Amino acid sequence: MRLLNLLKIAFKAIVLNKMRTLLTMLGIIIGVASVIAMLAIGEGSKESIRSTISSMGSNMITVRPGADVRGGVKQERSAMETLKLKDYFAIKEQADLLTYATPLVNGGGQVINGSNNWPSTIYGVNSDYLKIKLVDLQSGSMFTEAEVNVAAKVALIGQTVVENVFPDGQDPVGQMIRFNNIPFKVIGVLEEKGENTFGQDQDDVVIAPYTTVQKRILAINHLESIIASAVSEDKAPDAVSQVSEILRKQHKLTEDEEDDFHVRSMEELISTFSSTSEMLTILLVAVASISLLIGGIGIMNIMYVSVKERTKEIGLRMAVGGKGADILMQFLIEAILISVTGGVLGVILGLGATVFIEKFLHWPTHVALYSIVISFAVCAVTGIFFGWYPARKAAALDPITALRYE
Amino acid sequence: MGKEIIKIEGLKREFTMGTETVHALKGISFSIREGEFVTIMGSSGSGKSTMLNILGCLDQPTSGSYEIDGVKVKDLSRNELATIRNEKIGFIFQSYNLLARTSAIENVELPLLYNSKVSTEERRERAIKALELVGLSERMDHTPSQLSGGQQQRVAIARSLVNNPVMILADEATGNLDTKTSYEIMSLFQDLNKKGITITFVTHEPDIATFSSRTIVLKDGHIIQDYQNKKVQSAANELAKLPKEDQTL
Repeated sequence: MRLLNLLKIAFKAIVLNKMRTLLTMLGIIIGVASVIAMLAIGEGSKESIRSTISSMGSNMITVRPGADVRGGVKQERSAMETLKLKDYFAIKEQADLLTYATPLVNGGGQVINGSNNWPSTIYGVNSDYLKIKLVDLQSGSMFTEAEVNVAAKVALIGQTVVENVFPDGQDPVGQMIRFNNIPFKVIGVLEEKGENTFGQDQDDVVIAPYTTVQKRILAINHLESIIASAVSEDKAPDAVSQVSEILRKQHKLTEDEEDDFHVRSMEELISTFSSTSEMLTILLVAVASISLLIGGIGIMNIMYVSVKERTKEIGLRMAVGGKGADILMQFLIEAILISVTGGVLGVILGLGATVFIEKFLHWPTHVALYSIVISFAVCAVTGIFFGWYPARKAAALDPITALRYE
Repeated sequence: MGKEIIKIEGLKREFTMGTETVHALKGISFSIREGEFVTIMGSSGSGKSTMLNILGCLDQPTSGSYEIDGVKVKDLSRNELATIRNEKIGFIFQSYNLLARTSAIENVELPLLYNSKVSTEERRERAIKALELVGLSERMDHTPSQLSGGQQQRVAIARSLVNNPVMILADEATGNLDTKTSYEIMSLFQDLNKKGITITFVTHEPDIATFSSRTIVLKDGHIIQDYQNKKVQSAANELAKLPKEDQTL
């Protein structure tokens, strides 16, 4: 018997029992829709964490001093002096998995312009810094390698600093400011970045050559940290181990000595924050999966009743020449049609619910393609599985018994 | 006389009920030729239903041979039996067995749906022709609930004709109908028989047998009578003789 005929028969049976079909589908629809919506919420929160971190440079690698013991006294982190400029040069020379790298020193202080002043932080870096941190210039330009080498007193300032020390809206570029009484010429203004996920104002910064900050402001010759960017996000873990190796050699650490530094990639930070939202996602999906399973059982129940109720019809179909396989296919196709249609409607409803959540509840959502594929596949499989058993029962009926069934 | 359509020899059918063996048919032989109108009579327990199931290829004999249209039925698989039912036999049941909420024409098309050799267009064409033959061309789109008992049985007859079977097999086809309607149906059967269609009619009503050309009587699994009906009654005449309905009521 041609498949098209079977499809027609199954389709007719569905249309003839609209209400019953709709109620059966409802289980599948709600199941699929909730899986999609729940996953969208989970993915959305994960995505929002990821994007915040990515905006800080997702392939960024940070090297901090780890342990510094002087005279048997373990030093506080900010007092550690184990990270040196020569470490930076070693990394810059040897690490081929990095595209950019900069030493970093920072210190707090007062930014002063005439009668306006503002407490801020000065970051001493090299010219790669903006590329690593993915910060754009609003106006002016970055300092050059040459300016770093001569410890030039030039600086770039963030929007928060601009607002506070240049309140009358004049162009800061070319103006002189003072940071802790050291005069700096403003050569650029940074693009606004806003707060990060952790509530830190990313615009409250002054950026200057690290040489200048080391010598004029902090009077130190060690580094707070070294930041670099890996060639790509997935190369970041490799870059981390490469940098570690270089530093171990640089610090002449023996096999059994622990690292006296920490190398971290953003990826680790992302995974720390993602794990919480991942737990939530798993929980939500578990709940949604149960409703999907119940939808599947609904199909089985209906197909079971349907086979019982239509025993006589099955007998007739067999009497006029329907083979067992034809009957099996008829009921199976019916179950598949119900679950696939329910699946499609569920996907539509799920996407609708996601849009609703995003628009009216303002929760970050992100519909991952895999959530659609998985929920749809699960619903199709449950439909086939739960439809198959009653269908097989129908196909195995004896035509005589079925015909006489009342 | 035409060729033999049904050839039965030494047919036995036994059922095992627990430890007991019931002999429903105890060695039956007869044949039916093309164009015959045979009634198989018998009271309940005579083996009539078992005979019908075997004739309709719904059941297999325990021993003996059964040939329909030259095909030996014994040892055929379930699927092969289904194909024979589909191509060679037209079933008519006492309770019509029409698909509910399905139009007359779709009910008639049903057997052809299971025959992949018939195209959609041909299927529709043949269903229309069959419905015209039973006088229901005006009611093709009616569902069973919109049709009277007699009309429903006509749809069932059309359904049995649509696959051009070698034989129509009717099981108490007038059992659910009043006298007038059953005469109408019998008259239709006689008309179809005149057109050359072979009919086997299983019944327990003796008056139905008077409309057929031959009667086989079963009792306790044996044939006790097999005779040609010398004086076939015309169902149309009997129908005319019936008192008018409004006078009786």
